[in-house]
Amino acid sequence: MHEMGIALQIIDIVKASLPEDAKGAPIERINLKIGKLSAVVADSLRFCFEIAVKDTALDGAVLHIEKIPVTARCNDCRHQWTLANPVFSCPACDGGAIDVLSGRELAVDSIEIKDESNSDDG
Amino acid sequence: MMVDLFHNKVRLHQGHESGTGAQAPAASSGSRKIKVVQRVLSVNEKMADANRRLFAAKRVFVLNVMSSPGSGKTTTLETTLNRIIAKIPSAVIVGDICTTNDADRLARSGAPVVQVNTDQFGGDCHLAAHVIEKAAADIDLDAIDLLIVENVGNLVCPAEFDIGEDARVVVLSVTEGEDKPAKYPVMFRACDLALLNKIDLLPYLDFDMDLVKRYIEQVHPGMPAIELSAKTEQGFEPWLEWLEARVRQKIG
Repeated sequence: MHEMGIALQIIDIVKASLPEDAKGAPIERINLKIGKLSAVVADSLRFCFEIAVKDTALDGAVLHIEKIPVTARCNDCRHQWTLANPVFSCPACDGGAIDVLSGRELAVDSIEIKDESNSDDG
Repeated sequence: MMVDLFHNKVRLHQGHESGTGAQAPAASSGSRKIKVVQRVLSVNEKMADANRRLFAAKRVFVLNVMSSPGSGKTTTLETTLNRIIAKIPSAVIVGDICTTNDADRLARSGAPVVQVNTDQFGGDCHLAAHVIEKAAADIDLDAIDLLIVENVGNLVCPAEFDIGEDARVVVLSVTEGEDKPAKYPVMFRACDLALLNKIDLLPYLDFDMDLVKRYIEQVHPGMPAIELSAKTEQGFEPWLEWLEARVRQKIG
């Protein structure tokens, strides 16, 4: 529901992360990592992002989303597994003391910009 | 039977999706990759940490109360405030998209109430840390031991936003159906306690109390769930004991 806010944050992060010599270069792609437990709907995020970047330096940048599965580890028996359902107890020993290792991500991983310094293929 | 995995919150365009751990191929040969690795909500997280430091310095216990709209959150808090205000000086921050109805009701307890209008940080769906920072500035934190934040009615977004609280409570009314914990696992995992409200209506419903508790146990093993009715005040003692113990634990 707050995808526009997230899109605006992503734009801020991207702008702030560009090195001096890359400022103004066309941004081709923004690589995101989004965990399955993050309350983000990818279609809505893309929609909001496209509106927010219209006629800016980020216009045309593709949002590439790597979907991160939910993994957990049992604190009792150390079993580690990937969750297929929202059942957060250990499938090996039925223990409830677990650490969720991944699945909550919502991060900008990297940015790809057109390298105009050594690009000869346009 | 289990509810489908995380109700497909993340649906992706086929063309742009990559599998687990797959290395994203470069966009083209003439492109340069800049590593960033920054959490999108890091601005909120920093503000939440600042709030947490402020509340620790002022020795105020902060409770974030979340639920879907219509769960009886405000009635639960009205009753709670009436019962504890003489013992635990309290204030409330209420988040609502429109109207001051909830703030007006809660103010009758005598507790200072600050109504916040949700704003553009993430739209109208949750309270963010900077909103709490601003609202807390209107409260005399030296005069209170407990600050209750009544979040915007929503079982999804508020769970994502740290506001600098000490504990989180989710209110689920028995009219909402048993499978809500499995449908909204992020919310039920984020919380420290579930209040199962409106139990005075149980004789009129087909609600299976054991089943909802099983779902809660699946999603968040060990999390306590207290059955109560904000209307009749049945079941309030264990809830008030839980709350008072948590407040005392922090403020000493």
